[in-house]
Amino acid sequence: MSEPRPAHEVVVLTAEQMSRTTTRIAHEIVEKNPGVENLAVVGIHTRGVFLGARIHELLCEVAGIQFAAGNIDISFYRDDVAARGAVGVIPITPQPVVNDTDLPFTIDGATVVLVDDVLYTGRTIRAAVDALLDYGRPARVQLAVLVDRGHRELPIRPDYVGKNLPTALRERISVRLRECDGVDEVVLVRSKEA
Amino acid sequence: MPKRDLISIEDLSRAHVELLLDTAESFLPVLERDIKKVPTLRGRTIISLFWEPSTRTSSSFDLAAKRLSADTLGLKAKGSAVEKGETLKDTAITLSAYSPDIIVMRHPSAGACQTLSQNTEASVINAGDGTHQHPTQCLLDLFSLRQNLGRDLGGLRVFIIGDILHSRVARSDIMGFQMLGMEVTLVAPPTLMPRGIEEMGVKVEYDLANLKDADVIYLLRIQQERVEAGANYLPSLREYSELYGISQARLRPGQRVMHPGPINRGVEIASDIADDDENLIAHQVFSGLAVRMAILYRTIVGYSDGVASEEVL
Repeated sequence: MSEPRPAHEVVVLTAEQMSRTTTRIAHEIVEKNPGVENLAVVGIHTRGVFLGARIHELLCEVAGIQFAAGNIDISFYRDDVAARGAVGVIPITPQPVVNDTDLPFTIDGATVVLVDDVLYTGRTIRAAVDALLDYGRPARVQLAVLVDRGHRELPIRPDYVGKNLPTALRERISVRLRECDGVDEVVLVRSKEA
Repeated sequence: MPKRDLISIEDLSRAHVELLLDTAESFLPVLERDIKKVPTLRGRTIISLFWEPSTRTSSSFDLAAKRLSADTLGLKAKGSAVEKGETLKDTAITLSAYSPDIIVMRHPSAGACQTLSQNTEASVINAGDGTHQHPTQCLLDLFSLRQNLGRDLGGLRVFIIGDILHSRVARSDIMGFQMLGMEVTLVAPPTLMPRGIEEMGVKVEYDLANLKDADVIYLLRIQQERVEAGANYLPSLREYSELYGISQARLRPGQRVMHPGPINRGVEIASDIADDDENLIAHQVFSGLAVRMAILYRTIVGYSDGVASEEVL
């Protein structure tokens, strides 16, 4: 038996809804790119990689074409690497482990669909686009996200959205995936002191 | 928060070392693509001070900084105010006026990096100080070992052969190799073996009788000045070569040879070994770039490898 869900967590997507959502996104990608064969799905570490793999599989099924797939790590492209304080160097946020970037296809001329779990400020996507462009010149880059929670700080707009979820800044969206969290669900976490 | 220096390999825990090696590994694909550069350290300033000659260390640090998009400034003793008698403290104060983020320094005196660190707000990375430490060499040696012999180096037996007494590489490598669980044996003529070195937990031998027990053979350069008149360390290079020089004939299959460079062909290493790509000597040079990128990167961003702050981005 799993523990009862904490009071400050609200499920916004169940496993079944997530599955329907990724299937819908795969169909939308096919509709938006008619006749495109040179298409690649690229997941952004960490959860975007797992979501990307799922969408890639569905996409190949729907289109009947074996599209390319890859993943990308943005650690070296972040804009908050560290801030310089009055004394010494002070990191703003804990830096994540660096994962592999794996793009086993020719970027030049490809239509690349970037996949991430949550779209928030847009800074991750900016970094991912910059990283991608250092590997080649794609024909176009599109963006698929499971949840768009708003609060953009850069002019970035997704092409495929699983669920629009207006949030307060003090709230947090937690996407949990079987592959890394043992369960499929999207949860809105309210700050405990709220 | 205090600044992060890398002066001795002891400044790092095993977890730090492993994170650095993992980070270096993640830079390898960057070095293989057309655009061999990431914007990570854009706008940062990295100064290198080489008060002693260096090819590998200085060139790889310079290129590593450039691959990370940092601005670099390199100074050598020759042609600088050091020739006019400027002290290290004053050089440190002068260069600190440019607000560097990192100063990389090689210096003939052990402990010079501490002096530098006390006189600058920049993080100091030791690129070799006298006979004290050469931590970045140790890290790239570990990286080469891990890339070629597998991620778990535990139980691997390494023989370090040569001028242990004067070698900062040996001092750093003993600590680093042991940190990752390797067994270290030192081999040298008695005159070039530091007294009491057994206290570091190493085996000490004075000939190559047990060489067959080694998985890895790490050779140190024999410096010419050790045989000069009055030095009394070695009767002749030829005798050293006969007793301690490594050639193919002395190896059993599967043993891998390493050397920090520059090599003395025909002294500590025979040409048949130096030119054999099965050995790790060329790979060590290759590792220098990725490992030094990782060191510069971690010096700026830190070693905390917590969960990616997806909420922040």
